[in-house]
Formats: sequence, C-alpha cells, structure tokens
Amino acid sequence: MNPWGATPAKSSSPALTEQAAISITSTRTLDVAGASFHADLSGALFWDEQRLLVVSDLHLEKGSSFAARGVLLPPYDTVATLSRLAAVIARHDPRIVIALGDSFHDRSAHERLSIEDRDAMTSLQSGRDWIWISGNHDPALPRDLGGTVADEVAIGPIIFRHEPTGACGEIAGHLHPKARVTARGRSMERRCFASDGMRAVMPAFGAYAGGLSIRDAAFAKVFGERHFTAHLLGDNRVHAIAASRCC
Amino acid sequence: MLEFRPLPASGARRRTHPSTNPSPRLTSIAVPPRILTASAEPAAPLPDRFQTWFAARGWSPRAHQLALLEKAREGRSALLIAPTGAGKTLAGFLPTLVELSSPSPLVGEGRGGGWPRAALPADDKHKIISTGRAVQRSGGLHTLYISPLKALAVDIARNLERPIAEMGLPIKVETRTGDTPVSRRQRQRRYPPDILLTTPEQLALLLSSDDAPFLFSSLKRVVLDELHALVTSKRGDLLSLGLARLWRLAPEMRMIGLSATVAEPDSLARFLMPQPAGKAASAADIVMAGGAAAPIVEMLDTSERLPWAGHTARHALAEVYELIKANKTTLVFVNTRSQAEMLFQDLWRMNDDGLAIALHHGSLDVAQRRKVEDAMSAGKLRGVVCTSSLDLGVDWGDVDLVINIGAPKGCSRLMQRIGRANHRLDEASRAVLVPANRFEVLECRSAIDAIAENAQDTPPLRIGALDVLAQHVLGCACGEPFLSGELYDEVRTAAPYADLSRQDFDDVVDFVATGGYALKTYERFARIKQDKQGRWRVANPKVRQSYRLNVGTIVEEPMLKVRLVRSRSTGQGKAGGSTGAIARGGRVLGEIEEYFIEGLSPGDTFVFGGEVVRYEALAEDQVYVSRAHDADPKVPSYMGGKFPLSTYLAERVRRLLDDKRAWGALPEQVRDWLSLQKDVSRVPAVRELLVETFPRGNKHYLICYPFEGRLAHQTLGMLLTRRLERARARPLGFVANEYAVAIWGLGDASFMIRNGQLDLNALFDPDMLGDDLEAWLAESALMKRMFRNCALISGLIERRFTDEDKSRRQVLFSTDLVYDVLRKHQADHMLLRAARADAATGLLDLRRLGDMLARIHGHITHRELDHVSPLAVPVMLEIGRESVYGEAADELLAEAADELVKEAMS
Repeated sequence: MNPWGATPAKSSSPALTEQAAISITSTRTLDVAGASFHADLSGALFWDEQRLLVVSDLHLEKGSSFAARGVLLPPYDTVATLSRLAAVIARHDPRIVIALGDSFHDRSAHERLSIEDRDAMTSLQSGRDWIWISGNHDPALPRDLGGTVADEVAIGPIIFRHEPTGACGEIAGHLHPKARVTARGRSMERRCFASDGMRAVMPAFGAYAGGLSIRDAAFAKVFGERHFTAHLLGDNRVHAIAASRCC
Repeated sequence: MLEFRPLPASGARRRTHPSTNPSPRLTSIAVPPRILTASAEPAAPLPDRFQTWFAARGWSPRAHQLALLEKAREGRSALLIAPTGAGKTLAGFLPTLVELSSPSPLVGEGRGGGWPRAALPADDKHKIISTGRAVQRSGGLHTLYISPLKALAVDIARNLERPIAEMGLPIKVETRTGDTPVSRRQRQRRYPPDILLTTPEQLALLLSSDDAPFLFSSLKRVVLDELHALVTSKRGDLLSLGLARLWRLAPEMRMIGLSATVAEPDSLARFLMPQPAGKAASAADIVMAGGAAAPIVEMLDTSERLPWAGHTARHALAEVYELIKANKTTLVFVNTRSQAEMLFQDLWRMNDDGLAIALHHGSLDVAQRRKVEDAMSAGKLRGVVCTSSLDLGVDWGDVDLVINIGAPKGCSRLMQRIGRANHRLDEASRAVLVPANRFEVLECRSAIDAIAENAQDTPPLRIGALDVLAQHVLGCACGEPFLSGELYDEVRTAAPYADLSRQDFDDVVDFVATGGYALKTYERFARIKQDKQGRWRVANPKVRQSYRLNVGTIVEEPMLKVRLVRSRSTGQGKAGGSTGAIARGGRVLGEIEEYFIEGLSPGDTFVFGGEVVRYEALAEDQVYVSRAHDADPKVPSYMGGKFPLSTYLAERVRRLLDDKRAWGALPEQVRDWLSLQKDVSRVPAVRELLVETFPRGNKHYLICYPFEGRLAHQTLGMLLTRRLERARARPLGFVANEYAVAIWGLGDASFMIRNGQLDLNALFDPDMLGDDLEAWLAESALMKRMFRNCALISGLIERRFTDEDKSRRQVLFSTDLVYDVLRKHQADHMLLRAARADAATGLLDLRRLGDMLARIHGHITHRELDHVSPLAVPVMLEIGRESVYGEAADELLAEAADELVKEAMS
C-alpha cells in the first residue's frame, strides 16, 4: 500500500495531529499531466513511479555572492541547503535527482564551494543519477560537478526545464512561488508549488532564495486564464489552497 | 568675552550621585537657593546688553536660565529639568550667546515681537536662516545643538535669529539636516558657523569625515534638546557614541541637557558626562526649574453607559464635541492612528457648528501635516485630533485644553501631552481624560493621582545596543583609522556603553570587518582592514559611501503609498486579484504599514486620511484604494499603539483595585462592577495573580490578570499556550490586553486544576522563559522583525543604495531566511544577541514578564467559576477583535482550506 496516497487529515484539532497524522500528511499528492507526484514539505517533488526527486533553485553560495559585493550574509546557506537536500533524499531514496536550474547563485559560485560542501554533494550523488538543469543564474555549468548537465529533460508526459513556458506537462522553477493567506486578521506567507494539474512551478529550495507572489503577472503568463492551486508548505503539512484565495 | 562680573566661587555645588533610589517618584525641588538669590539681585551675571534687551521686552531672566549661565561660567556641564513653557531653549543657549557676544553697540532695536516665540511671516517658514554671514570668526564651531526633530532645529534657528539681530551679536547660526544642500554642507565643514543646529544622524555623519578633528576641536558646548525623548531609543545610543567621540576631540567641551521631568534625573545626568573607566559614575549637575503651576486634570464623568471593552470612547463623543466647542483650541490625543482616523470621522459627522477640526498623525502625507501645523499656529483651528505625532516638538498656538482619549499608559507621557496645553509656565494646563472602557477608568484615576503626586515613570536609561555600536564602529573607520583598544576605551565613556565588555566590543569589530562568523570565509571581502600598526580603516570608498547612505537608527516599518483611484468593483463583477485593471496614478493620501495591508483582502474597507476607503489592489509599493460609502468600515483591529501600560501605572492600578476605600473616587458604574466581581469571584490583591477558569459555549476558558501591559501579555499568552498544550489542556487560542490574558481550549481547565492534573504554580513558573521561550523565538514573527531591524542598523544589509546599485533591489532577500539560517548555525552571533536584547525591552517585553513571574510566584489564587466573571468581560470581548501573533500556521492554513470546502459543498 502506498502510504503517501492517504488524503491529509482535515481536522485542525490538536488531538488528531499527533505523530501519525504528521507523517502521513508531510507530503501531498500533486498530479501533473497524469503523472502522480508527492509535494514534499521541504519543497521537493517526488515521482514514485520513476523514483525521481526534483528540487529547484538551490542558489548555492548566494551568501558568498552577496559577500563579494559587501553584504556579508552568514556563510551558512550552502550547508543549510545541502543538509535539507540530504534529508529529503534520505526520506525518498530516489534513483534520479533533478536539480531544476539556478542550482548555483552565480557563474563562479561552484568555485567557492567549501571542500566539506563539495564532499557532501558528491556523497549525495553517489548511487544515483544526478541531472543539473541549467538556469539563468548558472547557464554554463562545468562538467566536474558530478552528474549530467542538460537544458531540459523529458520523461514520459513530463518535461523538466528551468524557466516555465506554460507548456503542457511542464515542471519548472525559476519563479520562486510563494503565497499569502489571510484569515481572521492574521496573515501568513509561505513558499508553495503552483499547479493547475497540467503544469507546475516549483518553490525555491535554497536557504536564501526569496519568493514571488503567485498573484504576480509572471504566473498569469504560465497559467493564463486557468485556475490554479497553491500547495503551501506549512509547518507540518502541505496545504492546497486555490490561488484566487491567496494574496 | 569675560565681561560679566565673576560670582563668588562659593557654596555647596549641587553634585549628584548614582541613583540609589528605586522609587520612580520624584518630588520637584526648586533651584538651589544661591542661584535664586542671584536672579533676585542686580548682581545677575548677565552682560549689560542682555539686561537691556530683556528689560526692553519687559522680561527678566528666569532663575534656572541664570543658573545654567552660572554652571557654564564654572565650566560645569548641567542638566536642566523643566516643564514645557519654562524657557528651556533660551536657557540652553544663553551661555553661548553671552560667551560669543563682544562689546559692540546695540543695533536693530525696536523690532517688535517676543522670544522665543518669534512670529515670522509665513513665507519665511521653511527658509534656513543663517545669521551674520559676513562675520568671520577665527574661533570655529562653538556650540552644537542637537534635537530629535529636524523641524525643531529649523524652528530654533528661526527663534535665535531675533535676539542675535536685536542685540547685534556677531554670531553665525546655521542648521544642518537631511534637507541641507550639499554645497552648504561642504561650506559648513570648511567655515563652520558659531552655532550649528542639527540631529544625531548628522552628527554621526560629521564625525565620520576625515576633517572631524578640525571641525570639532574648537567646540565648547553641546546642547541636547528633548533629552528625555532622545535617550529612550537607539538614537540615544548613537548620540551617546557621538558624544564619546566629541569628548576626545574637544576636551574643553561642556554639556547642557534640556529635559522634561523624568523618573531618574541622575541617569540622564550621567548621559551628559564621560564615564571614567572602572570608577564611580560621573554625572552633570542638575538644575530643576520650579514654579510650574500644577495642571488641572479631570476625568470625564460621562453620563453615558461606560463600555466594557474597546478603545474608541464613542460613547463620550458628544461630550468631547461639547468640550471642543467650549474651548478656544483643543488637542485631542488618541493612542493609535486608526483611532485618530475614526474619531475624526465621528466628530465631523456631528459637527453641526462647522468647527474647524483637523487630523494629524504620522502616516499622513507630510504636506498635509504641515498644512495642519500652520493652521494651528495661525490660530485657525478649534480642535486637532492627533497621535503621539504631536507629543514632541514645535510649539503651536494657544492650546487651552488637552483631551486624552483612552488609556494614558504612563503618567510621564501623559504629563508631557498635557504640557502641550498652555505654554505659559505660571498658568495651569487643563486636561480631561476620557476613558474608553471600565479598566481605563481605573487607569485614568491612577494617572490623575500620580500626576497630583508629581510621580514619574519614564523608562530607565538604556543599555547601549550592539547593532548601533556596529554602525558607529564602521563610521569611525570611515574617518581617521583607529586602534581597537583606544576605541574601546572611548566607547565606554558613553554612559549607555559604560559596562560594555571587551569581548562584545571585539565581536562587534569582527562583525563590521568580516561578518563575525565562526566560519572564516569572508576575509577577502572585509569591509574594514587593519594596517601594520593595527589601525582599522575602511577597505574601499564604496564602504564609506554605503555607510553615509545608511546612517541612523530609525528603521521604518515597510510603508506603502496609498493612492485614491476609482473603484473597479462597479465595472467588473469580481473583486480580488491584484493584477486586475485598476487605474494607476491617483492622489496620494499618505502611507500605511505594509503589515496592515497584508491583513486585508481586496474589498475590505478601512478609514484612512479621514475617509472610508476600499482596498482595491496592491502593486509594487502602492496601495490602490477607492472611496467607499460604508458608514461602518472594517476598521483595523486595535494594535494598541506603540507603548504598553507602564509598570508604575500598572502597579497603581493594582493598588487601586486592592484598596476598597479608594473605590469611592470611581464612577458608580465602575464601583458596581468591582463590587460584583468581589461577590462572584475575587478582586486581586497587589502582589497576587488571580486566575479564573470557567466553561462557556463548548469551550473552557482560563483568564489571568497580571496587569503588565499588552506586550508582555502577548508573550505570556504565547508561552502559556505552549505549556497548556503539553499539559494536554488542548488550548485553541488566546487574546491579551493591557490587563489580562484569556486562553480558551477544549480541555476542562477547572477539572484539571481540581484534580491536580494542572498545577498553576508550575504553569506560571519562571522557567517558561527557558526552553519554551527558545522554541517560540525560533518562529516568532516579532523576533524576526527585531532581527531585521538589527540587521539594518548594524549595516549587515542596506536600506538605501547608491544609484548604480539600485538594480540590486531586484535581488533583495528576506531577512527572515537569514535569521533562520544564522540561528541554526551560529546561535550566539552578535546580531542575534542584539535582537535578543531588543526583545527583552521591546515588543516582547521579556524583562517585564520575568519580573512579573517572580512577583507572583507562590501568590496565585484560583477561582473556579460557572460562568464569565465581571472582570473577565473586557478581555473576553477582545476575542476575535484583536489580531493575535499566533504561530499555529497549519491551523490557519487548514481553516482557509476548510472554508473552500464549505463553499464548494453549499
């Protein structure tokens, strides 16, 4: 039985949100063009059938990129991002990992990786296929990073690329979707997946990667007039909320 | 220069010593007798020219003015504590004017008008006045005047103009603010005026220049105006560091501080003196102006029914209107901007007499505020509804009544507001307090009693913040290179930093240089570098440029411009969607906090700029609103204003509650309410914490009454909820006001307490400030906001960019993300420590919460009730009205999701 297929518990009563509820609902089903994915609480997407894990917009070494320009952000973003990636990989044990572009914050970011971070990356790559999709921040990835470099990857009905075009079956990143929900005078903003069932835009995975509201015109270009859903990354679950309900 | 007669160098100099008096009370004392005598006798130390000038106006110098002059002659620094209207500013400048006067004949006689309230033609208002431009002095800068408001600096310059001109004094006065043109700023550095009027930020900028030693070496005096207001914030920290620098550059410099009455004058006096390392604190002499007439403060005895909750005082509206009508000019103070908006609306609705009533608050467009201020000083207004935006500053017109709506929050603040009425020292100010609910009646009563006793509750002197120090260190590196050890010694002469540890200082320098990270990877990106002698200097000119652009400690809430456009909801069916067709452009109404807009959905109505408007859309930094015709807007939930109920006033309220005999002074409605509480539950004693539990609907409530102010209560509510959850009381939410915290949940708290499953002493144990607090701080939105402020002030990230860097705005990142990462990977980083220090006194009020928990430990009284008690009604009514900074993200998101399900099923 697929334990991930269960629908999330709806009750908000704390009595029901014990351990079991949390583990069942830490991912949520997200269908794209007939393929069934799990939207992971970390912001990754897992394709059971292919044992394929996708993460987007890691923006590794964003901290040092700012530091070079005089903004001395804490130099811990790469280690933070990689350890979250390690956790999600350990959870799903994927056969293939796709990094959906903007994996590195700038063209020379990979040169600034610490030895420890590079080792960590290598050990994540071992025993599985690793595909670097190039993005606008990292258009020319070197070959010595391990894994394969590609502009886009098509598997079955799905095409993986960095910048969304709105094509059917497309899973893309680049836009860093986030959504804000208000209720009872309170408001909360979280990263989210944006999907209408035929295409999806993934949230940024990187520790320092900011977000763009799904109400921004850029998303209208992807989804057109169609209604789409924001899958918000909550504290313990992923919540599907119609984009029109968000702000 | 020394043309006045020397006084006998006699007498017990009034020395001060470190405060040992824990009581916040202060009894006003008169100026030392020696000085009083000096003013009464013809042997006054005023040069003839000044005597003549005073006499020509029919004035005589006040005792405290002469006292300051004498202090200056003795070469001593002094703190003048005087109420509004005592001629404080003249007192502050008199020594300088006398010292700079040289024996030349009087000119410009017979130009009427008084001082310091010179009435200049309106079109001169915004001119920066420079007197005696032709005068060339070799003496250099003599006196620096620093005020918290640039408007005040400009106003003072205008007022100094007259006596200088009329006495023909060869003195050049100039202002320097953010508005001063670059050419003039450069000239000021080369050819400094005798007197320069400026702000703490400008001082920091001047000190960061290479020529600071040249500019300030001649400095004889610094005059700090409204010192009581300056020292309570990080601006005060910045100023203190600037003073520390000045003391080294200009060893002859003496200080004059001007302040309203405060609880601990001794600590203000220390602020004015360089603190000797490792020795007893040093303090300036204190001069108290006596003789202010006691204010007449009353509480409105409403004939209406007193509300149980709320803060609008709508019940008393007609009575407030009548008061405005019966007086010449009335200032109506409220605590929040939204209250101001609403009250203004309501007053206009009943304004059948067409009284000129205006609105003034901090987020109105500047031009509109100026218009109100001008109309005010021209005596054209009958009433102004205002917030703390009028607490300080320029003196306007003849206000004959101050009305304070809602809670006074603190007696010193209230006293300063009341001082806005009637700026003549010898006449009593008049004020009416209008409580908006029953608890506020207790607070108003306590405040009136406190004022009668002349008690003060201004906060104690701050401990200097590390993020401000970081900014200062970078500023120092922009000027002459410095050695760490020397700068450390210099910094500690500033009173707020007297106890700074070397470790903290070194961490700050390390932070400024390379970020202060345990992981040393940024050496090559260092912003400041050491030379061979170990002197620190900026690494490149860009760093200096960035410092100059980002100087200052005032971090504004992210603000959005509010523009009025035509509604689109009439044209198109659906509201909502932030990118729909909305007419761009539109008249700017003012600015509004981003977080407020974030809580709204398109279509919601609120009051802004005195109009009911509908939120249409948000695009970039512009909020588009249309005119709404709703009579009942969805007014923003009460955010309670910036200031919580003061500790002192809270204690007085508790004492008043406990003292049944004192209830006689309360309105009958309030007496009945308290008596009923006594019968059905209990009225808490002074030290005691009353906890009530009762069922209501299908939920169980737990109410406690700590009386420690809204901020501490919100933190308490958050922590109690966590603990109750662990105790399996299944809490669902909580609400806090100034007096109480109400928590509701599914578990039967009464039953649990009765059966020993829930131990109240354990629940309220001070250990909640340990792990529970830590866990909560990890996610707290408030904490993230504080971290952001520290990151901005310390210079980790920039607020303002050079033109070439403007594109960088596009790639801004969220400081929340930086907070999360830093907290996890270097929890003891200097910036996190700075944010924690802010949390202790700022929005989380942790220190006060800690004091309260210690106070009530072992003094908890529980009452199990069948239903809500009279005392609990006010806080119960806040439920659903006040927004709670909750953290139960999943519940909120789930609720939003459920709403949709419901919609779909119906």
